[in-house]
Amino acid sequence: MLSIKDLHANVEGKEILKGINLEIKAGEVHAIMGPNGSGKSTLANVLTGNKSYEVTGGGVLFDGKNLLELDTETRARQGMFLAFQYPVEIPGISNATFLKTALNEIRKYKGEAELTPKQFLEKIKEKAKILGLDETLISRYVNVGFSGGEKKRNEIFQMLMLEPKFVLLDETDSGLDIDALRIVSDGVNVYKNGKNAFLVITHYQRLLNYIQPDFVHVLYKGRIIKSGGKELALELEEKGYDWIKTEEVETENA
Amino acid sequence: MNNLKEKELKSSEEISDDMKVLDDLTSSEYKWGFVTDIESETAAKGLNEDVIRMISKKKNEPEWMTEWRLKAFRYWLKMEEPTWSNVHYPKIDFQNISYYSAPKPKPKLNSLDEVDPELLKTFEKLGIPLEEQKLLSGVAVDAVFDSVSVATTFKASLNEKGIIFCSVSEAVKEHPELVKKYLGSVVPYTDNFYAALNAAVFSDGSFVFIPKGVRCPMELSTYFRINTQETGQFERTLIVAEEGAYVSYLEGCTAPIRDNNQLHAAVVELVVLDNAEIKYSTVQNWYPGDKEGKGGIYNFVTKRGACRGKHSKISWTQVETGSAITWKYPSCILQGDYSIGEFYSVAVTNNMQQADTGTKMIHLGKHTKSTVVSKGISAGRSNNSYRGLIKIGKNAEGARNYTQCDSMLMGNRSGAHTFPYIEVENDSAKVEHEATTSKIGEDQIFYLNQRGIATEDAVNMIVNGFCKEVFKELPMEFAVEAQKLLAISLEGSVG
Repeated sequence: MLSIKDLHANVEGKEILKGINLEIKAGEVHAIMGPNGSGKSTLANVLTGNKSYEVTGGGVLFDGKNLLELDTETRARQGMFLAFQYPVEIPGISNATFLKTALNEIRKYKGEAELTPKQFLEKIKEKAKILGLDETLISRYVNVGFSGGEKKRNEIFQMLMLEPKFVLLDETDSGLDIDALRIVSDGVNVYKNGKNAFLVITHYQRLLNYIQPDFVHVLYKGRIIKSGGKELALELEEKGYDWIKTEEVETENA
Repeated sequence: MNNLKEKELKSSEEISDDMKVLDDLTSSEYKWGFVTDIESETAAKGLNEDVIRMISKKKNEPEWMTEWRLKAFRYWLKMEEPTWSNVHYPKIDFQNISYYSAPKPKPKLNSLDEVDPELLKTFEKLGIPLEEQKLLSGVAVDAVFDSVSVATTFKASLNEKGIIFCSVSEAVKEHPELVKKYLGSVVPYTDNFYAALNAAVFSDGSFVFIPKGVRCPMELSTYFRINTQETGQFERTLIVAEEGAYVSYLEGCTAPIRDNNQLHAAVVELVVLDNAEIKYSTVQNWYPGDKEGKGGIYNFVTKRGACRGKHSKISWTQVETGSAITWKYPSCILQGDYSIGEFYSVAVTNNMQQADTGTKMIHLGKHTKSTVVSKGISAGRSNNSYRGLIKIGKNAEGARNYTQCDSMLMGNRSGAHTFPYIEVENDSAKVEHEATTSKIGEDQIFYLNQRGIATEDAVNMIVNGFCKEVFKELPMEFAVEAQKLLAISLEGSVG
């Protein structure tokens, strides 16, 4: 589904991604772990087409098509979804209006009819139930006055509503207590269906107790320096990133 | 050309739901720029006592009205043109303006069928529901075309309740006692330079009188349009709500595209007695001039309401997207104890537009309350200023004011300014002022993009959200119109 080849990217003229290679197939859950500043969030921003990030080399295919030549909204309409690390507030616009607009844009792109208000409402109720969301959240302004946990839950709620093919979770666990973490993870697990795929970006292993990855990759200084199964995450948790860093230095010296 | 405009307008009329409004972004041109080809009678340029007598005579005014105009004119001659606003424009040559333009007079009209079809077509283009069939929409319209009020709808059904809704000219003849009592009682001709000018030359406008205890069953609406080249439009509106009465009044404005600037100096006076309320909503979309700042309307208007009675209320809501220069401060004089003044405003400036607008809340009575919510949006190379005065008189025991003043900047070349003036003479008063300035966020736009929403739509959504508190004060159809105007005004200003 997603094929990343030798991807290089700059932020403000500084090279952050220095040749990323990654293959993600439908039905798979990949986790990217790494210390702060390793380029995790940059990868998420580059994949979603944030204009502040400049791709300087390599390529990305999404469903066999060149992803990098598409603008952000087209990528989104084709089924790429980013659950933001810091969801943005939009004062004066209700969650419902926002979601209805987004959903209809995506449906329009796919040549599907817009949902009727009744269908939309039913969908909202169904998805809100999965996350145990208070329905008043729907009529509140997008993320305004939401707690950290509510914001993250709202991201997952949007994912359930928009039904993307490929989901990037950027540090979705940060700032969540155990209960919230479980609810958010449940949402992801319910949504997993073998046809979609996930790239879970996280600093800590604990999220991966709830969302079981098929593959774990360690990102360090803009490169994936180690890949493995879910046991790699546990190993990292136990030994810390220093272990990898040391190994990296050894490899470099060898 | 005209056909094209007509088509665009039609397609925009068909749009009803607010999300579609945001889609309708295909045209950034001023859509209301058509000129109607009707015979009009226009006075020679220049201003002197003869011109004023001529205007008064054309309108068959009684002697006292002519005298009032002349007094105002003589006073105006002694006044200095004000320059204290934060707007800049070449000096206006008041002798180079024609002060009267009217569609060629026809015999007295008995029904709409007799109105010049060209005129009716214009109103149709503007989307004014002039025909009685549109009664369902619940709007009664008094249309001011250039200087003369053409037709007033629904008069009969309003008459039954004792409501008077007619042109000021008609009121001068039919209800002289009311006009004499209230005209100039809130904005005297001595008030300011443009108010004096207006009093001298005012052409027409609306007169509304809601008698004691009557709640006006429909929204009343006036649509202004400047058609003839180089005529200033000086309309004069007077609305009186007697004890316990209520009326919601809508005012919309458009103008054709002209290369040179046209002056619009209106006066609006509101009077509310005990327990009465007037809600006055404006969507102002005068031609703003082109991208280089050529042409456009100078909108120098005095709007003021007097809450004379106890528990009376005046609420001003305005959405200002047009005019080369907007210079106005709809105000409330809160005389009656427990009276309430409100001001909700969205002012949008783009390209070379300038706006210096805000309100004055003058608290005189006890326990008077005022709320000010101002949203300024500046894009292009425009300049947008909020200027507001909150004055608490020494007898205004327990007066309260809350002011919220938010500015949003788009791009790097626009300006936002805030000039709040607060004068408090009573220690028990509570005055709150909050102000924010924000730049439309790249991160907000990216967030919406990432959910499949294109940049232009994202900007509209963010801006509409920013203006929400004001839009929700507008009657439904007006709110939709306002969103549409905002989208068009700001097209292409980000990204």
